[in-house]
Amino acid sequence: MKAYDIVIIGGGPAGLAAAVSARKNGIDSVLVLERDKELGGILNQCIHNGFGLHTFKEELTGPEYAARFIAQAKELHLEYKRNTMVMEISPEKVVTYMNRTEGMQQIQAKAVVLAMGCRERSRGALNIPGYRPAGIFSAGTAQRLVNMEGYMPGREVVILGSGDIGLIMARRMTLEGAKVKVVSELMPYSGGLKRNIVQCLDDYGIPLKLSHTVIDIRGKERLEGVTLAKVDEGGKPVPGTEEDYTCDTLLLSVGLIPENELSNGMGIEMNRVTSGPNVNESLETSIPGVFACGNVLHVHDLVDFVSEEATAAGKNAAEYVRQNSGAACGLDGREVLPQKAAIELEAVAGVRYTVPKTINVERMTDKLTVRFRVGAVYKNCYVSVYFDEERVIHKKRPVMAPGEMEDIRLDKAKLLEYPDLKKITIQIEEA
Amino acid sequence: MYDVMIIGAGVSGAAAARELSRYKVNACVVEKAEDVCCGTSKANSGIVHAGYDAVAGSLMAKLNVEGNEMMGDLAKELDFPFQREGSLVVCLQEENRPGLQELYDRGVQNGVKDMRILERGEVLQMEPNISEEVVAALYAPTAGIVCPFGLNIAMAENAYTNGVEFKFNTEVKQIEKIDGGYRLVTDKGDFETKCVVNAAGVYADVFHNMVSGKKIHITPRRGDYQLLDKAAGTHVNRTVFALPNRKYGKGVLVTPTTHGNLLVGPTAIDVDNPEGTNTTAEGLRELTEKAGLNVKNLPMRQVITSFAGLRAHEDNHEFIIEELVDAPGFIDCAGMESPGLTSAPAVGKMVADILQQKMHFERNPDFNGTRKGILNPATLSIEERDELIKKHPAYGNIICRCEMISEGEILDAIHRPLGAKSLDGVKRRTRAGMGRCQSGFCAPRTMEILARELQVSMYDITKSGGDSNIVVGTNKDLL
Repeated sequence: MKAYDIVIIGGGPAGLAAAVSARKNGIDSVLVLERDKELGGILNQCIHNGFGLHTFKEELTGPEYAARFIAQAKELHLEYKRNTMVMEISPEKVVTYMNRTEGMQQIQAKAVVLAMGCRERSRGALNIPGYRPAGIFSAGTAQRLVNMEGYMPGREVVILGSGDIGLIMARRMTLEGAKVKVVSELMPYSGGLKRNIVQCLDDYGIPLKLSHTVIDIRGKERLEGVTLAKVDEGGKPVPGTEEDYTCDTLLLSVGLIPENELSNGMGIEMNRVTSGPNVNESLETSIPGVFACGNVLHVHDLVDFVSEEATAAGKNAAEYVRQNSGAACGLDGREVLPQKAAIELEAVAGVRYTVPKTINVERMTDKLTVRFRVGAVYKNCYVSVYFDEERVIHKKRPVMAPGEMEDIRLDKAKLLEYPDLKKITIQIEEA
Repeated sequence: MYDVMIIGAGVSGAAAARELSRYKVNACVVEKAEDVCCGTSKANSGIVHAGYDAVAGSLMAKLNVEGNEMMGDLAKELDFPFQREGSLVVCLQEENRPGLQELYDRGVQNGVKDMRILERGEVLQMEPNISEEVVAALYAPTAGIVCPFGLNIAMAENAYTNGVEFKFNTEVKQIEKIDGGYRLVTDKGDFETKCVVNAAGVYADVFHNMVSGKKIHITPRRGDYQLLDKAAGTHVNRTVFALPNRKYGKGVLVTPTTHGNLLVGPTAIDVDNPEGTNTTAEGLRELTEKAGLNVKNLPMRQVITSFAGLRAHEDNHEFIIEELVDAPGFIDCAGMESPGLTSAPAVGKMVADILQQKMHFERNPDFNGTRKGILNPATLSIEERDELIKKHPAYGNIICRCEMISEGEILDAIHRPLGAKSLDGVKRRTRAGMGRCQSGFCAPRTMEILARELQVSMYDITKSGGDSNIVVGTNKDLL
């Protein structure tokens, strides 16, 4: 069986950054497996700008951002395969993939980086009643049709969900000549970035209806219209608030779900909140030597943070390979170094989850970024971090919203001052 | 002039067509939709019922048991997914136990084999996710699950291969009695035939009443369903029915599907509109409430889609399969509600027998009753699959990532007899687009393949025929 030091599943922004980082950290034997016909993943259809402000200090489009990483990958002579579907990964890190030219192949990896990204939540998951005509698209599917293939999915558009792709597509459809009538959001706040609401809706006069949802879909063949209604605090439609919209297109931007079918197949421990794997400070999953980064780990708002996270995952995978490449460790996927019990991170009081979930102080970087999301809109509140019972961080944030990922940095030096620390709690506190 | 025209390419029409193709007969199926299996046959529970439900002595009871018995061999001959995994009717209250016994007794009368009434412990051992409140259950090992599309498509393909003509996108508007037969007035012209088989599902009463003075009436009875992700596919391993009771009525079933999903449904809501396949909020709510009664911890978070189908409920709740006394040569195949899918093989045979006795067709010496389905590469070993891809590289190109369907399977679906012409046609034949992302990723790619292979423009690709076009123009074309 052919063997690689590191096999990276997915050649989108996460996979590319992880691969580049692994190579820069001294690993020659790296393979990237990509299912689509191009590297770059979903960035290829994100032709709007706003990418790269953190990473490159300039504003790029999605394809431009991807191109920077693809160029690096090529410069480093990274090996990659496109149009290649990974069918299965065993807990022992045997990767089974297939493509047109090689047929079915199995390779042994010393370390695996999971970077499969996410998919869009479909209409079915929302239980929206009504007919099932043509003309209902997830926002990303419409984005691919318009931006990559040049086809208009429709003329008169209603958008359900104010996730970033939905907001971006409201603007795109308008620019391409469609009439976007309304964006309806079930929650009392938007699921997208503030800047996208301003630049994609406000600038084009597209109304955003918060606490509204689609309660009926009409049209047997092609979509003919939808009914919106206001919802109460429990998310239930309020009778008497129904409004009919004529439209031939309904775009859904109602959430993204990490694509962890391969991870589940490996038996990796998953997190119910993120739908991604639980990881430690090294972004390593419950299977030693299997790392996760990007949207397969937890859904991000900004690709810059995906790159940052994936760079860390690539570096950590390289470190894992180095530490485990002694003849004695073999390829049984078991860690050889003795480990100190990890410190648990607990998300409470408004904090929905943290990535990572555990920290081994010895293995953490000097400054470790902990990313999290909040469960509601908080104004002038504090992010507090407790080391066991002691509050060690108390930082004011003017606004926090579920649509914007938050982070805090933990200092290794500070953690070392607490040798008996068991638990770090992150929570939101009122002023 | 045709010998026989069959109205409707659903499971009953296809079954009749296939059985007729055993004879030298000039037969044609007319279907208003663009494909086979577009009405009731595509939206149902996919259950092969054991046969204890129907009233003893009824045609329903007879054809159910016969159809059930035929299904195993037919699945082998025609290569469609069928599993005889058994069913349980769950009784939750001691006082309802007589109801269970009644079903058992009726089953015995109807000729259902090997049924047993199981006590609580045995039920929970068999299906650990059945409600803790279970007191007993009727176990029917002869029950099973079938791919409803697979069965319908297989029979239609086989009928076509054996010489039956199919006209799609052809809607019958009027039926006129003429000398020696009937004239079918359609939106694609008039056709004359000696005999008519009325397998028009929820419209069967309309056609019946055009030729007969003895009117029948069919009510479209809607059933809403929810389909769960494959991750929930083994929550139960057999079909679990509720024992009908006073408090909750008929209840809903929970079943694995032949594709590996979990299906919950149906509701039973009478509607006026024979096209009214829209789910409703009340219907979906009812499913969630009722399904949880018999099966615990149902992971309703994992619903990937909801849909509704219409049962053709005839006022007397009985199949009507007969030549009309006042319309010779007009054979009804009406009132085909549950267990219509199970009964289909027997229904087809019964219709063909009626016609044969009337018309004395000769045997078709070239009849070939076997058909090979679309290859499912997931059933192959790694080595076999490798070899397949080396021979046909399209099998190495995954199009639908959720269901892992390759371009090879989609090409087969398009180019085989009565091949797929739309996204739904591809979906029903291969499962591409049927998975957890509900075609978000693969729809544009499947559209490209359809356009290329059928040599039509992307604008002509539809979801399901008619005006269900998916893209409407190019960027900025109206600016």
